[in-house]
Amino acid sequence: MISREEYFSKRDPYAFPIWQKATVGIAGLGGLGSNIAVSLARAGIGKLILADYDIVTLENLNRQQYNISQIGKLKVDAIAEYIHSFNPFIELILHSVLITPENFDSIFDEADLLLEAFDEAEQKEMLISCWTSSFPNKHIIAASGIAGYGKNETIHTEHYGFLHIVGDLESELTEGISPIATRVALIANVQANLALELLASSKGY
Amino acid sequence: MCNESVFYVNGQKLPWKEGLVISDALKMMNYTFKMLVIKLNGELVKRENWQTTSIPQNADLKVIHLISGG
Repeated sequence: MISREEYFSKRDPYAFPIWQKATVGIAGLGGLGSNIAVSLARAGIGKLILADYDIVTLENLNRQQYNISQIGKLKVDAIAEYIHSFNPFIELILHSVLITPENFDSIFDEADLLLEAFDEAEQKEMLISCWTSSFPNKHIIAASGIAGYGKNETIHTEHYGFLHIVGDLESELTEGISPIATRVALIANVQANLALELLASSKGY
Repeated sequence: MCNESVFYVNGQKLPWKEGLVISDALKMMNYTFKMLVIKLNGELVKRENWQTTSIPQNADLKVIHLISGG
């Protein structure tokens, strides 16, 4: 049995204790959310609130952190299984529901910071609107413009007070073509990386 | 031209006039994306207020496109 001390060795002495005390919400567990969840769990966030109503399908496997044996499982359960396979010390709160303006507050109430990881633009707008009215002084990190491959130089972050948007802010999906693993995971990790920075630092943008 | 009446949309200078509201600015910019986040001088403006929120002179309007994909 691995001890907590052994598991959490070689961590940043300043930032890691802050991350361990943090609660981070992730809305959506697809190409963005599953990658964000895995990276934040590895980095040592103490508690994640994970919300997605969907199940794992075969076509998710081109970019999402699931495997063939998990097809048909709820995404929240599948990602929890994977996260616990490498980090037994994280606390996970799972919500297998469609996020709406009505249930939003009760799901993410405890979160210090929220990551928007939805697929549809309508849902992204709803989430940003709900979060900024309910929690105007807490950060939300959204993604917009993730389609295609390459174009590394176009990926950037726009900061608007407590709202941060990562992506190229212009590339749209082509009908019938999924986001591609490399670029969606890259943007997911830019979101996750910014979350760690904002938590560790009180500086605003 | 130090008294030039202007406002800014995503850094681009546009002519300002009295009574201009956010939805007018979106038309001036020919924005066609449906899903947007709008900040007027740093404050988020909700969709239901786009028709009624007037733009002050020299305002800084930020229009962020939300594009599907995730």
